Amino acid sequence: MAGKVERDEITGVETTGHEWDGIKELNNPLPRWWVLVFYATIAFSVLWWILYPSWPTLKSHTRGLLGYDQRTELAEIMAKVEEERRPWLERIRGAELAAIAADPELLTFAVRGGEVIFKENCAACHGLGGAGQLNYPTLADDDWLWGGTLEDIFYTVSHGIRFYEDEDTRDSTMPAFGADGILESQQIEDVVQYVLTLSGREADPAAAERGREIFLEQCAACHGDNGKGMREVGAPNLTDDIWLYGGEPEQIRAQISKPRHGVMPAWDSRLSEESLKMVTIYVHQLGGGE
Amino acid sequence: MALISKHEVVERRALLLALLILVTVSIGGIVEIVPLFTIENTIERVKGVRPYSPLEQLGRDIYVREGCYVCHSQMIRPFRDEVERYGPYSLAAESMYDHPFQWGSKRTGPDLARVGGKYSNEWHVAHLVNPQSVVPESVMPPYPWLLERELDISDIRERLETLRIVGVPYTDEMIEKAVEDVKAQADPEADHEELLQRYPKAMVGDFDGQPDRLTEMDALVAYLQILGRMVDFTDVRPEDLAQ
Repeated sequence: MAGKVERDEITGVETTGHEWDGIKELNNPLPRWWVLVFYATIAFSVLWWILYPSWPTLKSHTRGLLGYDQRTELAEIMAKVEEERRPWLERIRGAELAAIAADPELLTFAVRGGEVIFKENCAACHGLGGAGQLNYPTLADDDWLWGGTLEDIFYTVSHGIRFYEDEDTRDSTMPAFGADGILESQQIEDVVQYVLTLSGREADPAAAERGREIFLEQCAACHGDNGKGMREVGAPNLTDDIWLYGGEPEQIRAQISKPRHGVMPAWDSRLSEESLKMVTIYVHQLGGGE
Repeated sequence: MALISKHEVVERRALLLALLILVTVSIGGIVEIVPLFTIENTIERVKGVRPYSPLEQLGRDIYVREGCYVCHSQMIRPFRDEVERYGPYSLAAESMYDHPFQWGSKRTGPDLARVGGKYSNEWHVAHLVNPQSVVPESVMPPYPWLLERELDISDIRERLETLRIVGVPYTDEMIEKAVEDVKAQADPEADHEELLQRYPKAMVGDFDGQPDRLTEMDALVAYLQILGRMVDFTDVRPEDLAQ
């Protein structure tokens, strides 16, 4: 077949020479527009090779005439963003926490910024808006474990709680009164009854009275004689009926017997000082700031 | 167009066609593959990246087994929205000991490249056992068996040896002490000095809240807690990252 071109009689188009049951395949050319687009894509790729990083070489790669680099582009974008924010961030950095809270303009900026930081970093445990949940304290009320002033909150956010990679982390350990055999199970039961009375709930009076003696001896050092807690060691107030690990008798019993200890990461290694300040301001104004 | 009409010459000779296809594909392959072995500017020169500790490596294998990569990426791209949310963009160096890497291609859940140290161990355990218990709006499925299943450490040395074959620089000592290192990392009472010398920044302690047991949860949480923490970015100069 080679060399000899056969034309279809009806259309006058070349055939490929292939024939099935008397039907011959025409060798129509590709549409002109398609061919042109195809050539254009080739030209485009050549242009791309020249302008942008493309071909690998043995040790490196061609960088292109435009010198484009995604990381450099990001650095430029971030520099521009920082330029826009700088006047604000400088004011945040230069101002005391109290001064930020007192300046309506700065306060608005800090609360908006702090809310974004809180949603990404804090809400997983403390809930949206600081609503809290079982095992993770509510930040929107005025019950604070480690203190609710701006300085207290800033310190907690910066250094975390029982986060031992930070030397300045807030730390305390409640003894395992049951697991370590400090108290008999009956004694723990009595303390549970007494603790129930602290928040004004019903309890067995005789057991509660026995529990009071034990409480004053064993628990008051941290939770206070009146059970109102001690922020220096993060000992919760037991009289307000707000419970980190649950307030049912069996939950209180479990906590006395083998306490759980919350851990909060230190954020000063992840967030900038301005971010720490903004999130502090945000938490402080959620409802319970002191 | 004379050259183009010559394609008939090739098309009508199967052997010549096959030969020319082979040549063309080889050129493409060589251009793409050879530089992978010789190129020097892909992996940034940063300090801190080390092989995973045996416990972290076991956790990583569980991460792969459970298909976490199907919904979670480990790749912070160099875009403003990503670096503002997750932190510094991921470096090639940070996954150079990952076989296979876990960059992922889909985010149903958030990126995990820098999740290490972001949440407490307790949170991770609660979240893996029942994600909705701590994040009500989450669509993540629960993984409660991690807390039940004992961690299989019988083949940890073989695992590290295999990784060494593909280029992870585990030393003889690391392989020798693999079992001890697994136990030490998950035991808050153990002496961690040697472990931390071999694997700096490894998080130690009882990860799963069951001090007397070594479960798959211990391994997975230990792995999650090292993610993104090896390189200290306060130390990294931009020119080190230049490519």
